[in-house]
Amino acid sequence: MIKTKVIQDSYNNKVLEVKDLKTYFYTDAGVVKAVDGVSFDLKKGETLGIVGETGSGKSVTALSILRLIPEPPGKIISGSILFNGNDMLKLDRKELQNYRGNRISMIFQDPMTSLNPVYTIGNQIMESVIIHRKLKKEAALKEAVRLLETVGISEAIKRLSSYPHEFSGGMRQRVMIAMAIANSPDILIADEPTTALDVTIQAQILELVNEIKHKTNSSIILITHDLGVVAKYADRVMVMYAGKPVEFSTVDNIFYKAMHPYTLGLMNSITRLDKKKMGKLNPIKGSPPSLIDLPEGCIFRNRCRFSSDICKKSFPPLREIESGHFVACHRAEEILKKDQRAI
Amino acid sequence: MDNNKLLEIKNLKKYFYLRGGFFLQSNAGVIKAVDDISFSIKKGETFGLVGESGCGKSTTARVILRLIPHSSGSVIYDGKNIFELNHNQMFKVRRDIQIIFQDPYASLSPRMTIGDIVSEPLEIHRIGNKATRIKRVKELLDVVGLNPEHLNRYPHEFSGGQRQRIGVARALALTPRIILCDEPVSALDVSVQAQILNLLADLQKEFDLTYLFIAHDLSVVKHVSSRVGVMYLGKLVEIANSEDLYSNPLHPYTVGLLSAVPIPDPELERKRKRIVLEGDVPSPLNPPSGCTFHPRCPLAQEICSREVPPLKNYRKNGKDHFAACFFAGKSI
Repeated sequence: MIKTKVIQDSYNNKVLEVKDLKTYFYTDAGVVKAVDGVSFDLKKGETLGIVGETGSGKSVTALSILRLIPEPPGKIISGSILFNGNDMLKLDRKELQNYRGNRISMIFQDPMTSLNPVYTIGNQIMESVIIHRKLKKEAALKEAVRLLETVGISEAIKRLSSYPHEFSGGMRQRVMIAMAIANSPDILIADEPTTALDVTIQAQILELVNEIKHKTNSSIILITHDLGVVAKYADRVMVMYAGKPVEFSTVDNIFYKAMHPYTLGLMNSITRLDKKKMGKLNPIKGSPPSLIDLPEGCIFRNRCRFSSDICKKSFPPLREIESGHFVACHRAEEILKKDQRAI
Repeated sequence: MDNNKLLEIKNLKKYFYLRGGFFLQSNAGVIKAVDDISFSIKKGETFGLVGESGCGKSTTARVILRLIPHSSGSVIYDGKNIFELNHNQMFKVRRDIQIIFQDPYASLSPRMTIGDIVSEPLEIHRIGNKATRIKRVKELLDVVGLNPEHLNRYPHEFSGGQRQRIGVARALALTPRIILCDEPVSALDVSVQAQILNLLADLQKEFDLTYLFIAHDLSVVKHVSSRVGVMYLGKLVEIANSEDLYSNPLHPYTVGLLSAVPIPDPELERKRKRIVLEGDVPSPLNPPSGCTFHPRCPLAQEICSREVPPLKNYRKNGKDHFAACFFAGKSI
């Protein structure tokens, strides 16, 4: 009850608005359209889940928001990213520094490689506080201890002088989170934060992120391929396929009233703990297309069981089929009419 | 029922001895990767083995196939202890027991065409001549859903899911009776994962196969297995029918593990009460005393740090259900 109220209160309170973002990579083999026309908004205090399979453009979307795309070969060729009204794409390097790790910060997937092995944990946490908040060393030290305690690392003072290799995977991810929340950012981008971790540790980390979100009322972009994680933590969900958003709505709509054939296919592909013995799975046929050589018309049509002539002609734009439920499919209305779960 | 055991693992142990110090001459400790586990696999069933990284699942598979030497215990296949077979006898057994590996990128040689990869087992075991082997390879590629005409292509020309199909075709080449599937779908995306799971199910029916299915994903294991064993730090802590294990887990580790998996149903997730296990999996180099799970266990009592709980049968409705816990079945 409380949860829904918070969301409604903040309904018009957009912290981030991404419009028609396109990020391409120019490679020898051709142009990879990693993100091709992504638009979404993020409200204060909400968790937005971005779901999709490998190569669907989830991570590139996240990296584009922070302008961390390696250039060349990558380039953000069009679109806008409005953060509290300012277009991130128009900022120069120095202005950008004020946002990165300060107002918007990121938790990366792999805690093994995203911490610097030659600096102590304390050093790495203090760095961002010193840079952004201009704290003196002693104050920064105190702050680092407080942060480590927040993320549930015991004996924080002792741990400051440890190096990343002395920590387990779960602990490293906690350190990453401590760094990310150091300056109480407005937006926390978590890019597959638990994919590299075991399931019991995954539960710990996700609970921690969720707790922090409720305490600080920050917004979270949660990127994952795990539909269970999305069901548990997201308020709204964007489903991506081959660089494009194909469905975008509240978590309940995505799970109970999905309209895009790809979303439906994903739901039918997963093995579930909560169901009695299932018969055969009903997976999507084929595999995702190459981003260099996308099919004409709808990018999903080769794998789609609803595909018809109209799908060959043009890529369907993201349309609002029902209030707050956006689907990029020519035949969304027809699919909606059928009993979706029976498909 | 109990007489159709196809493979029986008895008190299997695999210890790795670490070397350290000057010129690695001193003994730096022992890792008990697999520590006294026993279970059997019945003909035609899928036995699932689950656990977190480092619990000894993959080591178990490798030891069974003698890809790495065992420390003690036995694996009985066809009435004989595999570990006592000589080279020639083992060579024959390998025809019956094959393995599918986790990483479809690392387990196929990039220099061989997929035709060569799939026919290599046939060549090694001197089955047929060149022409019949090519015919057989085409047949196998067709069975796993690949285009038989592609046999001259190299692995890099295939996607992850297709590569895993090649691995499956290779494992099938010698018409084995048992296939050890070591995390066969964990490197794949969900839509492709489902395709491979369906393929494995079809093949099991068609060729009367028995699987040892190793995975860390509990929902995948639930989907494929008839019986499941849960491992923690080298030990089997619970073995039961798939249904009983998931609906009525007895070991607190299994309970925590199941509770940690988020369910793709938002309504259900909102209502669900979660038990989050605290702490990390301890280092296998220096495991806790007594029950190795006791530092993380919500039910732990004084006895748990002193004594190792034996695997006991909590038989119910005529079905075996083993758990290694002094307080098995107690609610958390």
